[in-house]
Amino acid sequence: MSEQDNTPKKHTIIALVENRPGVLNRVVSLFRRRNYNVDSLTVGRTHRSHLSRMTIVVDALKAPPKQIVANLYKLVNVVEVREISEDLYVSRDLALIKVRTDDASSYNLVTEICERFPARLVDIGTKVSIVECTARAEVIEELIDALRPIGIVEMVRTGIVAMGRGVRILDSDYQPQVRAAPAALNGERYSV
Amino acid sequence: MLLSGGEIVMECLLKEGVNVIFGYPGGAILPTYDAMTKYPQIHHVLVRHEQGAAHMADGYARATGRVGVAIATSGPGATNLVTGLATAMMDSSPIVCITGQVARGSIGTDAFQETDVTGVTLPVTKHNFLVDSIEELPYVMKEAFYIARTGRQGPVLVDIPKDVQIEKMEFFYPDEVHLAGYRPAAQADETDVTSAAAMIQQAQQPIILAGHGIMLSGAMQELRELAELAGIPVALTLLGKGAMPESHPLVIGMMGMHGVAAANHAIQNADLLIALGMRFDDRVTGNLKTYAKNARKIHIDIDPSEINKNVPVDVGIAGDLKTVLRQIIPKVEQTNHPQWVAQIRDWQEDSSERDIINTHSGGLIAAQVINDLWKFTGGDAVTVTDVGQHQMIEAQYYPHQRPATMLTSGGLGTMGFGFPAAIGAKFGRPEEEVWAIVGDGGFQMTMAELATAVQEKVDINIAIVNNGFLGMVRQWQEIFYEKRYQSTPMFNPDFCKLADAYGIPNMRVSERSQMAAAVEFARSIKGPVLIEFVVEKEEMVYPMVPAGADLDNMIRRPKPEQKG
Repeated sequence: MSEQDNTPKKHTIIALVENRPGVLNRVVSLFRRRNYNVDSLTVGRTHRSHLSRMTIVVDALKAPPKQIVANLYKLVNVVEVREISEDLYVSRDLALIKVRTDDASSYNLVTEICERFPARLVDIGTKVSIVECTARAEVIEELIDALRPIGIVEMVRTGIVAMGRGVRILDSDYQPQVRAAPAALNGERYSV
Repeated sequence: MLLSGGEIVMECLLKEGVNVIFGYPGGAILPTYDAMTKYPQIHHVLVRHEQGAAHMADGYARATGRVGVAIATSGPGATNLVTGLATAMMDSSPIVCITGQVARGSIGTDAFQETDVTGVTLPVTKHNFLVDSIEELPYVMKEAFYIARTGRQGPVLVDIPKDVQIEKMEFFYPDEVHLAGYRPAAQADETDVTSAAAMIQQAQQPIILAGHGIMLSGAMQELRELAELAGIPVALTLLGKGAMPESHPLVIGMMGMHGVAAANHAIQNADLLIALGMRFDDRVTGNLKTYAKNARKIHIDIDPSEINKNVPVDVGIAGDLKTVLRQIIPKVEQTNHPQWVAQIRDWQEDSSERDIINTHSGGLIAAQVINDLWKFTGGDAVTVTDVGQHQMIEAQYYPHQRPATMLTSGGLGTMGFGFPAAIGAKFGRPEEEVWAIVGDGGFQMTMAELATAVQEKVDINIAIVNNGFLGMVRQWQEIFYEKRYQSTPMFNPDFCKLADAYGIPNMRVSERSQMAAAVEFARSIKGPVLIEFVVEKEEMVYPMVPAGADLDNMIRRPKPEQKG
């Protein structure tokens, strides 16, 4: 399996956004009002505390990715955007899958399946156990198919995170403004 | 000296050069209203409904090119601004709306007059802010004005909790803004500029589509230079009226659903569209599948997301129009297209044969009213229209020579916009003759501002074109719904008696012979004056491209000899 995955109908967009309240809402609101079909949206912090990073997978039939990127740039809190579907990139999804392991055969089957996949048991119980898998979304789909006959009782996925390969780096040297009056000028505070 | 948050708001407005604001007080904004007493340099106009404040700020912004400011309290005050914000958003009008919010400690508790205003206004603002500390306030104000007036202009809302307005600190105003992700002006790619110039040079049947962006960018001179240099006919969007003098031989007139037939024919037969500061609205294109099929297309707009949005183009340039046109013009050699221009003349002649202006019926016809207003005002007034038949008729029968002399709600089509926007426009351009041209329907949506006009002694002329119908809706019902006039006939008050109630001089006109006297009367009055024009009830606006039809598939007014 190669790292490259170019499913034609999906587009993967990565974005650096300011890490402040309401920014996720602004992005989601944009997608909703422009009628873009979001497959998956993840957001998390980066090594720069003032920047968060989003990976957005969209159905590209409705809107060309260039339109989506241009619209994302119109949001004041969006710092950098890149559409990476045509580039080489690594993408990962993480799943926690709780399966039935209340008899020896199902438990054995689960361990067997975990060996064939980038998956491991992270919680083992007499009734149910949790399988963790970090892989490309398609691999996780295969894992789910494999586990389904045993009995999946609960499942959660993080959604896709992606990063371009090589030296094409999505970063920003932007430093946030310190929004305060000079310390000497700090005013009195009182509450109402 | 320590200043309260409210005083800091006023200081920031001073720093931004604001001298008039439109608003309505209320609990959560009271500290800022109290601060106003110390700032007589900034005139506050008390409206009668916050929607009026937003439209006035918008009218002021469109008339001046400066940022208009509206102010309202939390909850209902803020939600009443929403239509005005959406109107400004669609038409790229720079306004800043300041709203009070409940104190920070009460946010999220469903407090009295609490509304999630930044949430409500998110899709209808270019950006909005909830100020969470007094230290942040000057930065936010600076950024709000900067965002509103740069790039693709638009409305910005600043929501300020009451306790932030009360807190005190030493005032400072930041010198510059730091907005990491804000890119107001894209740079034109040199190869795109070169290919655009080459396409212009090669075209045999080119046409320029001039939009609001010409005015927003101040590219009137550049537009004219390019058109004259390469002999390119110019069609205008509704908001593009005034981009080039309509008396100019190269200007065909308005395009689109109720555009000039010659403009629509020219677009459909062109081999090159040069779209400047316009966004291919569906009211301009008609059926996209058949739109200007044989034309190559150049699209220049400041907003990159507009390029290829509705109409795929051969060359799309995201950038400031004035700058980009300055780059293109030196690369274009003088040329002209006499055959093409002659062809357009033929289409124009066909239209003038059908023109209602040449018919003589007993009653007063809206088109004749507007055309006479044009004639008797010397074609030089600032007209602010509402939305509907009278608006399209204004666009057709009141040619404008100067930019920003016709103000109208285009994208959102907001009934109720015209009258308050005219008040705002008059504050922005007090030296000019301002006419609010409104229908009887739309006027009644915001006519509460009559009191504002009187209280502020606003010297505007209100022309109500009264046909007793929601005329444009009625027109659709006539054409597409077999004349089932559901909810379009209107009971109207006696508008002249209404004006009397406000102490506004007024006049009713029902014959064309009164037109000159009516305009003279309006001009003789200092302060608001209301003139009601009682016109034919079931008149139509022609031409009309049915929604979604091909642009040259127009319902035309029959030629006189074809009648009966």
